[in-house]
Amino acid sequence: MNGLGLRQANSWLHTWSGLLLGWLLYAIFVTGALSFFRDEISFWMQPDQHASVAHAEAPQRAMDAMQAMAPDASLWTITLPGPRNPTTQVRWFEQGERRSKFGGQSAVLDGTTAQALPVRESRGGDFLYRFHFELYGMPRLVARWIVGIATMMMLAAIISGVIMHKKIFVDFFTFRPRKGQRSWMDAHNALAVLALPFHLMITYSGLLLLMFMLMPWGVDSAYQGDRQAFFSERGNRKAAGEHMPGIERTPAAPTAIAPLVRQAQARWPGGIEQITVTDPGTSQAVIELRERGAGSLLDRGRSERLLLDGATGAPLESPAAVKPDAFSAIYNVFSSLHLLRFADTWLRWLFFIGGILGSAMIATGMILWVVKRLPQRRKQGSHLGHRLVESLNVASIAGLPVAIGAYFWANRLLPVSMQARADSEILVFFLAWTACLLHACLRPHASAWREQLGALALLLALLPAYDLLQGAGAMAAALTHGSWVAAAMDLTLLAFSAMAVAGACFMKPGKATRAATQPSASAKRIEGVAP
Amino acid sequence: MPRKPQKLSPAAHRWNVASRTVLAVAGGYAIAAAATASLSLALPIPRAQAVMAATLLSFALYCTLIVWAYSAGTARRAWAGAALLAVLPAGHLALRWATT
Repeated sequence: MNGLGLRQANSWLHTWSGLLLGWLLYAIFVTGALSFFRDEISFWMQPDQHASVAHAEAPQRAMDAMQAMAPDASLWTITLPGPRNPTTQVRWFEQGERRSKFGGQSAVLDGTTAQALPVRESRGGDFLYRFHFELYGMPRLVARWIVGIATMMMLAAIISGVIMHKKIFVDFFTFRPRKGQRSWMDAHNALAVLALPFHLMITYSGLLLLMFMLMPWGVDSAYQGDRQAFFSERGNRKAAGEHMPGIERTPAAPTAIAPLVRQAQARWPGGIEQITVTDPGTSQAVIELRERGAGSLLDRGRSERLLLDGATGAPLESPAAVKPDAFSAIYNVFSSLHLLRFADTWLRWLFFIGGILGSAMIATGMILWVVKRLPQRRKQGSHLGHRLVESLNVASIAGLPVAIGAYFWANRLLPVSMQARADSEILVFFLAWTACLLHACLRPHASAWREQLGALALLLALLPAYDLLQGAGAMAAALTHGSWVAAAMDLTLLAFSAMAVAGACFMKPGKATRAATQPSASAKRIEGVAP
Repeated sequence: MPRKPQKLSPAAHRWNVASRTVLAVAGGYAIAAAATASLSLALPIPRAQAVMAATLLSFALYCTLIVWAYSAGTARRAWAGAALLAVLPAGHLALRWATT
């Protein structure tokens, strides 16, 4: 910028690129962090299934249950109980029915007894996952472009944020509490630097996941826009288990699955995730076992598969793994790190915390924008733009979590037999968010913070209490069988409730405004292990 | 490199910011897109890999151009630098388009 040095110019870029889409980026980060636990949240939103516990005999019992439920199906898929969901989820397709990911008929079976469990209509964690990159209620392509542009601005904000710092390492060890603007600045710096590799990785990989939409010009020039040719040249695999028509179906007794499962489990440390049976109960039956999680990120964490004869259990030729080239491998590593399908529970937590730190970094940045301009506002009187930023800050930073809390409550309170129940849960989410926006516009700034954070604390803390009153399935499964998926979510809700209480206490009326006017000369530098 | 701070009038400042923003957003994307298309054709590796490599890099290039658009001493210099960078990929693509 004219008359500005490199650091000041980047500071300008950082401030405005951050502010313009900060609220959207915050929503993308929060829903993205929660999406690392998409399956766990979906399971938690099926409270009638919480008592399910995984059992070693689950594969055989599920196969027997399928034999009873869908003997004439053309395809069974059985997703076995695992660390992210202790139920068995089955899906089957009738003869001639088109096989799609969400088509056919489905059921959820108890992980031990293989009895069908009640399923309530809910989008569960999938709603938050879709919102993360497709928002809601708009054409998918438009939404992905909006999210892609926001992600590009995030990248620019991160890079300019790094350049504007003379002493990034010293700044990391600087915290000056109770100094208003300086404290917000220090908190923002610490959060940003602490998880900088995560922020960079997750932002860049987010762009890469959308790259053929955002930057199609390479495919366009080298392949004249023929994407099919590009993807097949890059070595995409065909879907396994394609049905071959015209073959006579000869009934045949199925082989026992337990020995096959034992063999596969000896080979795969993570065990088996899914069993697919094509033409079950016939002599042409093919069993496909799919590994749970996979060691290598180079092939996008794609798991190994074993093909077996469904009648005899003899191994068939399994599809050979394709070795990706170097650049596809780089792409695969980045996208695997973003999608995190391969990860175990601990890595999942680490990334979740990274996502929460990122959300907090964006939040402190936007609060800093407001606090920095407070002295000027006090001198010059109120300003519509400033008030707008204040209100939007509260409505997004506190309001979005409140809306998610309301979404969880709708899942518990709406009648199970209700029409369009899943949509009603989402409606409650948006109603709560709109209420937060109105509230933030109508109430004084500090009160709006306090009240919304207080409401959030109550919403989150009372959810586990409500579940306990309704029959403590989650706690029972955790304490008697060590099946912690739903109980861990309850404990996480309590932890976030405590954080909301801390936030509400921190936002005492007038505190932020008082602190912001303290002379900066009195700010004492507290430096840790400065180099 | 030491520069004399230039003080711009508010109107000039607005034009300055607008000019750099157009360069950052539209110019940056155009150059990144041209570089991706050009490298996809020019890199001496199999075609699919060249496309992957060029596309993977495109966002880093775009981001660098955004930072450059605001960091350069004057808006004129920012545009000149970007134009210089665009010559090679644009020339390559134009030549190819003319010959096929």
